[in-house]
Amino acid sequence: MLSIKHIQHLYWRVGFGILPKQLHEISNKKKEQLVDDLFKTSKKITPLKVETQELETLMNISYEKIKENIKKIQVISREKTKELNTAWIDRLTNPEELLREKMTLFWANHFVCEDNNFIFTQNFHNTLRKHAIGNFKEFVVAISKEAAMTKYLNTKQNRKQKPNENFARELMELFTLGVGHYTEDDIKESARAFTGYSHNFQGEFVFRQRQHDDESKAFFGKTGNFKGDDIIDIILENKQCATYICGKIYRYFVNDTLNEQHVNTMANVFYKDYNIETLLRYVFLSDWFYDEKNIGSKIKSPIELLVGIRTMVPLEFKNTKQLLYLQKVLGQTLLDPPNVAGWKGGRNWIDSNTIVLRLKLPSLLLNSAYISKAINGETDMAIDAKKAAFKKQIGKRFNTSTNWDYFNTNFKNIDIHDIQDYLLLSQINDNTKDYLKSLSKVSKQEYCVQLMSIPEYQMC
Amino acid sequence: MNRRHFLKNSTLASSLFFVPSFVKAFEQVASSALGYKRLVIIQLSGGNDGLNTVIPFQNDLYYKERPTLGISKNEIIQLNDEVGLHTSLTPLKRLYDNGNLTIINNVGYPNPNRSHFRSMDIWQTATDSNKYSQSGWLGRYLDHYGKEPYSAIEIDESLSLAMKGETMNAIATQDARVLYNLSKDPYFDNILKHQNDMHLSEHNLGYLYKSMIEAESSAKYIYETSKTVSSNREYPNNKFGKQLKTMAQFINSGLETKVFYSSLGGFDTHVNQLGVQNRLLGIYAYGIEVFVQDLKENNTFKDTLILTFSEFGRRVKQNANVGTDHGTANNVFIIGDQLKKQGLYNNMANLNDLDENGDLKFEIDFRTIYATVLNKWLDVNAFKVLNQSFNQLEFI
Repeated sequence: MLSIKHIQHLYWRVGFGILPKQLHEISNKKKEQLVDDLFKTSKKITPLKVETQELETLMNISYEKIKENIKKIQVISREKTKELNTAWIDRLTNPEELLREKMTLFWANHFVCEDNNFIFTQNFHNTLRKHAIGNFKEFVVAISKEAAMTKYLNTKQNRKQKPNENFARELMELFTLGVGHYTEDDIKESARAFTGYSHNFQGEFVFRQRQHDDESKAFFGKTGNFKGDDIIDIILENKQCATYICGKIYRYFVNDTLNEQHVNTMANVFYKDYNIETLLRYVFLSDWFYDEKNIGSKIKSPIELLVGIRTMVPLEFKNTKQLLYLQKVLGQTLLDPPNVAGWKGGRNWIDSNTIVLRLKLPSLLLNSAYISKAINGETDMAIDAKKAAFKKQIGKRFNTSTNWDYFNTNFKNIDIHDIQDYLLLSQINDNTKDYLKSLSKVSKQEYCVQLMSIPEYQMC
Repeated sequence: MNRRHFLKNSTLASSLFFVPSFVKAFEQVASSALGYKRLVIIQLSGGNDGLNTVIPFQNDLYYKERPTLGISKNEIIQLNDEVGLHTSLTPLKRLYDNGNLTIINNVGYPNPNRSHFRSMDIWQTATDSNKYSQSGWLGRYLDHYGKEPYSAIEIDESLSLAMKGETMNAIATQDARVLYNLSKDPYFDNILKHQNDMHLSEHNLGYLYKSMIEAESSAKYIYETSKTVSSNREYPNNKFGKQLKTMAQFINSGLETKVFYSSLGGFDTHVNQLGVQNRLLGIYAYGIEVFVQDLKENNTFKDTLILTFSEFGRRVKQNANVGTDHGTANNVFIIGDQLKKQGLYNNMANLNDLDENGDLKFEIDFRTIYATVLNKWLDVNAFKVLNQSFNQLEFI
């Protein structure tokens, strides 16, 4: 059996937190059962799509005509990418397939890619979703053939007469092995195997035989007339690939600081058949996953912070531009990665600007920027006036609607003095704890905002 | 007594009792006499067309490749018998005449990338074009030599990759007051009031507390220092002008910031380039001129070096829409009061010898400029920042 804290830990790592009502409903389940349920609910694959009729019509024409449409396709694509960004964040809040979605987010920062054709972008991200907890080998093969990827890392320009090494290099450096586990010759030779990769206007993979280098290649000590798929096979035979991926998964799900022994045992499990589900099950069932030092020890990504807030208190942006703006200033805009290396994460999310905004964010989004400071025995007379003043001044520019009824219903059976146990995972700093104790418990709403405004809430 | 109080008291004690006051005074004189060198980076985003910025007006090939886009001889501001500046760059000509401008031609890097994102990334991270980095060159300068987050400031709402290091990040602000107000909610003050900074950076939560303390004190420092100064100069009424005005205010107030960063966008001129570039270069040049005058009046120009770059130049041949497509090498402007080689640093690109795309072949690697600025201007070890060694140029 897992303790309440352990279940919260699990749900923060596979999702974005858990409400007390749901938490108490599942708290009598065994660990195996809980983990099993996570995979069961994520069996289904629900692609995330926005309406693209107009784009499809523009793209579904002859070679001569499509040139005329390219500018238009790009303009519409920019708008559609914003639409998908919002839809994705909505999906992350209360998803049916929780674990699959959290893993999709992980892979989007592993197989990093972006494209100015929206259909390709959307297809790419649904491929991430499809393989998120499947087989890693099939996953890499599928990624290598995505239109967006052949464009992003120039496999499309990779021809027999003039090889382009970009994809081959990043395949090894970022997607499978990590820096230093291959030679420049390995890159040259494997690039030859990926020649001829291309796509049609609709974004389907096309193999151009005439541009493919159909001769022998020497790669990782093997020689043969390798195709791209063969290269991926050979790379995955190297256990370093399992170790590299497990290290990344450990950082994402367990702790910023690697425990080599744990990563090695994970790699042993993963290397057998590269099944992502098996690996994740192993992690979530391990005792060490629930070690004290792993709980509440990670700094939330901006998306985890935003979605986490929305999971507790439903929140709508009247103007979705503001949601995009927030992502930008917090340093993580979905579908707009900095480069193929992705976001660094961890402490790198934090700088002077983002820490200030992150601390202010919950009150800004949920409570008209107000954080009550009334001390014990006082009634907070200022609340209504201050909130009204904020709404009058900034309300138009920053327009959100919140559903505090939902929060109150879910926290109905929780004593106001216990709310912190459901919002915070990390130990509270002693001085901050004293300060919180000195504050008047005006209402569950005000206390929730106070708790979300301390640095501890930035941790998961 | 916690460590912070102890440190405070002990430095106070040492300055009061152990260091004779005349030594202290001497130190202050010495440091101000040596000058406080600072670097300003101006990024022209979108790929400014360098060939219509610094123009080889005697070159027939130029007019042949750009029949409707080439700028005619009589509109050009001549620098010498062969080279001239774009019509909108009159203010730059004045800087040139004063010996405050160096133009480095044909700057690029091996295996050029023609994607905006990627090429900007390469310029900002200073990596080889087939390598990726999650830290920028100025961020790494901060890692090694920055003392505080405000050692580098970007005048924008969020930070560019250039300004993010491995362990330290710069600060971004367009308005010191807004940042300060955001950071000083009394609730946060109350939380920080009783913190001591012992062990604060050992784990992630401690790191957040430490960042919170630093952010608050940086925001306060920037606001309170800069508010003492206001500019008498009238800046052009546009976003770029406002940013430069804020930057000048920061510099003239004596803010201890080594690097400033700002950008001006919109240079991606595939269609009807003439009007767009005309307007943008005007915004750039007139803004910069007022900025330089503002610094000169406050005696801070001599310690300021301004570097202007764009992620790539544009194709030599104009396209079918009276615009230009993405190209490669470009010119870099260096503006300052202590330039060793003023005017044109090197020859113009050879239009007879283009690459297979019809683009310029670069002559000077942009990282040799970075290395020169790091070593000779900021007086640090460029290798530590760039992780490679590069030749030094002779412009400063």
